[in-house]
Amino acid sequence: MNSVLKIIAQRLALGLLTLFIVSIVIFTAVNLLPGDFAEAILGQGATPEAVESIRRDLRLDQPPITRYLEWLGGAVRGDLGNSFAQANFASFVGDDSGTRTTVAQQIAPRFANTMFLAGVTAAIAVPLSVGLGVLAALYRETVFDRFTNIFTLSSISSPEFFLAYVLILFLAVLNPLLPSLSNIYEGMGFGERLQKTLLPALTLTLVVMAHMMRMTRAAIINLLASPYIEMARLKGMSPMRVIVRHALPNALAPIINVIALNLAYLITGVVVVEVVFVYPGIGQLFVDSVKIRDIPVVQACCLIFASAYILLNLTADILSIVSNPRLRHPK
Amino acid sequence: MTDLVVMRDIEIEGRSDEVWMPIIKGIDLTLKKGEVLGLIGESGAGKSTLGLAAMGFARDGVRISGGSVEFDGIDLLAASADVKRGLLGKRIAYVAQSAAASFNPAHKLIDQHTEGPTQHGVMSKSESEMDGIELYRKLRLPNPDEIGFRYPHQVSGGQLQRAMTAMAMSCRPDLIIFDEPTTALDVTTQIEVLASIRDIVEEYDTAAIYITHDLAVVAQMADRIKVLLKGDEVEENETREMLSHPKEDYTKSLWAVREFKRPQKPAVHTDATPVVSVQHVTAAYGKVPVLHDISFDIHAGRTVAVVGESGSGKSTAARCITGLLPPSEGVIEFDGEALPGNYRQRNKMQLRQAQMIYQMADTALNPRKTIGEIIGRPVQFYMGLTGREKRKRVEELLEQIELPGSQYIDRLPSELSGGQKQRIGIARALAAEPKFIICDEVTSALDQLVAEGILRLLAQLQDELGLSYMFITHDLATVRSIADEVVVMKDGQVVEQGPKDEMFTPPHHPYTDLLLSSVPEMDPDWLTNLLAERGVDNIGDAAVGKMD
Repeated sequence: MNSVLKIIAQRLALGLLTLFIVSIVIFTAVNLLPGDFAEAILGQGATPEAVESIRRDLRLDQPPITRYLEWLGGAVRGDLGNSFAQANFASFVGDDSGTRTTVAQQIAPRFANTMFLAGVTAAIAVPLSVGLGVLAALYRETVFDRFTNIFTLSSISSPEFFLAYVLILFLAVLNPLLPSLSNIYEGMGFGERLQKTLLPALTLTLVVMAHMMRMTRAAIINLLASPYIEMARLKGMSPMRVIVRHALPNALAPIINVIALNLAYLITGVVVVEVVFVYPGIGQLFVDSVKIRDIPVVQACCLIFASAYILLNLTADILSIVSNPRLRHPK
Repeated sequence: MTDLVVMRDIEIEGRSDEVWMPIIKGIDLTLKKGEVLGLIGESGAGKSTLGLAAMGFARDGVRISGGSVEFDGIDLLAASADVKRGLLGKRIAYVAQSAAASFNPAHKLIDQHTEGPTQHGVMSKSESEMDGIELYRKLRLPNPDEIGFRYPHQVSGGQLQRAMTAMAMSCRPDLIIFDEPTTALDVTTQIEVLASIRDIVEEYDTAAIYITHDLAVVAQMADRIKVLLKGDEVEENETREMLSHPKEDYTKSLWAVREFKRPQKPAVHTDATPVVSVQHVTAAYGKVPVLHDISFDIHAGRTVAVVGESGSGKSTAARCITGLLPPSEGVIEFDGEALPGNYRQRNKMQLRQAQMIYQMADTALNPRKTIGEIIGRPVQFYMGLTGREKRKRVEELLEQIELPGSQYIDRLPSELSGGQKQRIGIARALAAEPKFIICDEVTSALDQLVAEGILRLLAQLQDELGLSYMFITHDLATVRSIADEVVVMKDGQVVEQGPKDEMFTPPHHPYTDLLLSSVPEMDPDWLTNLLAERGVDNIGDAAVGKMD
């Protein structure tokens, strides 16, 4: 067991290192964006003095290295800075005490919403895809296999907004079962929240299902030529048991990895679906912030996305290790 | 006795490139209750396919296209999948060649053992667990009470093979198919497994089909022997009758003990500089020590056979000589000159002088390159030949290994047979014009007759080119036929070394003696006598010793 803990510690350290490198990349990339917050917010009234003043106030006049170190130092302490856009610029010459919103305050509710949507989607999509993958492997080369294949492939090939509108058409307009708008607000009951989240979650399920289902199918079929599968058949085990008990446990590592990638996508890549359903997630906030050059929010979002990828891949690695008896029980 | 299995006029086909080719061409087979039938033949004879057909089973890409299979009055070819599943594992069991690959790596041995009895409704899980432990004890597995609670990778090959036999026994079947169960094992381990299989089959009066390519092994196990050649039956008879009076020429050629034996060469001058001199080499993989202070010399034009069981350090010694594993202590001298430990620090000349031929020609040849490219690469790299000169040299090399160049030079490895591929491996080594070649189990994946051809070729090349060989093998018959000197290794140490004739004449070192006496002989009473001589308990102890 010690060796497993050692591997996990190593992966964690590597994850932190990756995050550090990513922070440099994010900072550089965001600073390479054309345009400037001060000019963007002042618009027509951008006199050189006003621009200069806002820049000084937001410390945009400092050299990049200084700003990066300040940002990194804050981020390590959990302080992601203050949002530019929420600052009270009416009083930027005078005192601005208490009127600023921190990035964390702005992101937190949105992030919680995104996690809720991702959670609901994962709860539907993961069991469904793995189950379908197992069935497709069991009934490979049959009508069922072909149908699931075509279905999942066409859903992943269609644009997300198209899937969203098709679902709205069938589940909200023709059969008014679910609300087509997902206006979530604080203090909403879990049931109501779930009901409002269901349509975007179903849309996303259609988007992420294909990868996971096809990987499950492929990973299982890949093992069917193994001597231990032949042995299980020669012991008179039923086809279902051969697949679920003998093939699936050995196919877990690649399946877990694909699941992790897709869950990361659910956290970072759902802007279009959020827009269609007017779902107040982090994706929309991110796009809005880029539009007005609200650099602290953009950087914080990027950092959260990167952490989500790193954490989920780390979890996938750890689960793959734990699912492998060779690593769990060394000789 | 009544007939348990009756197979009539069985025809089996295999698909290759969308065409169905015959594998088994109309064979009859009957097996009485409690009888053991040996199926013997070279690879490609169809013995495994026939063995599986006796279970009513055909692998993917294989189909039983004609004939009938009856098991205890049930027509297996007409039976529904459910009926067959009810028989498999419960009344007909299978023991595979590689237990390491045939146990599911994700589950503990005992859970795989109890799966059959519980799923077939023969016993409850706890009853079956108790019974499994009892079977482990009968098969003389060390620590029978706890060994089942390990995962397959935590158990050695010989022990896994016995655990698999126990698993086959779990429902007390009427018939077990043993598919080369000891082929992948060392001779000393093989004896333990053979003895335990034979005892348990006798104790429960189980009928068995024992598939192997090793005559001496089948002579110990079977009541009757059936010889197969390319999907046809050659002949069948009672074991003793078959051994003493084989009728067909093919059987006789199998029976003939290997004739190829090189005479012992005169002793080397004591002051001659050896081509390769391994001096007090100690080496480790990471922190795991594998070689402890080994020394031996290989002289010009000589073959030194390095023998030992798997894990004895033979291949590691070769890795040290080639510089793949730098020794932690000691030196390797070539023509009296010390070589750098790491191959990266050796110059082209030093690298060229020592070449290697591998065990699995299949994996050692790049499947996407033609023979001309495979052999041409070292010709160009070491000898600097290009274009027409290179091609001419490759053709010469192919000539040397008795494969006409014009015919083979543009083919891919997949178009060649196993023996031909091994010859290409030899040509590739020769292309560098080395003084010294390491042959790592070069014949162990080949059939006996093909292997003998390879050994003859190597001997002939040695005479023509004055090559020195380090011949790594676990097969003592090969040592007998080709070696000049023998080095016996165990647990990373050299236990005995000397000229071949001395090594094969008593008195031996106890370990050499154990190795020599473990090689099965054609005499059907050999195993019985040997066990009586050694005392059965001894074998159990040896197995326990291996656990550490």
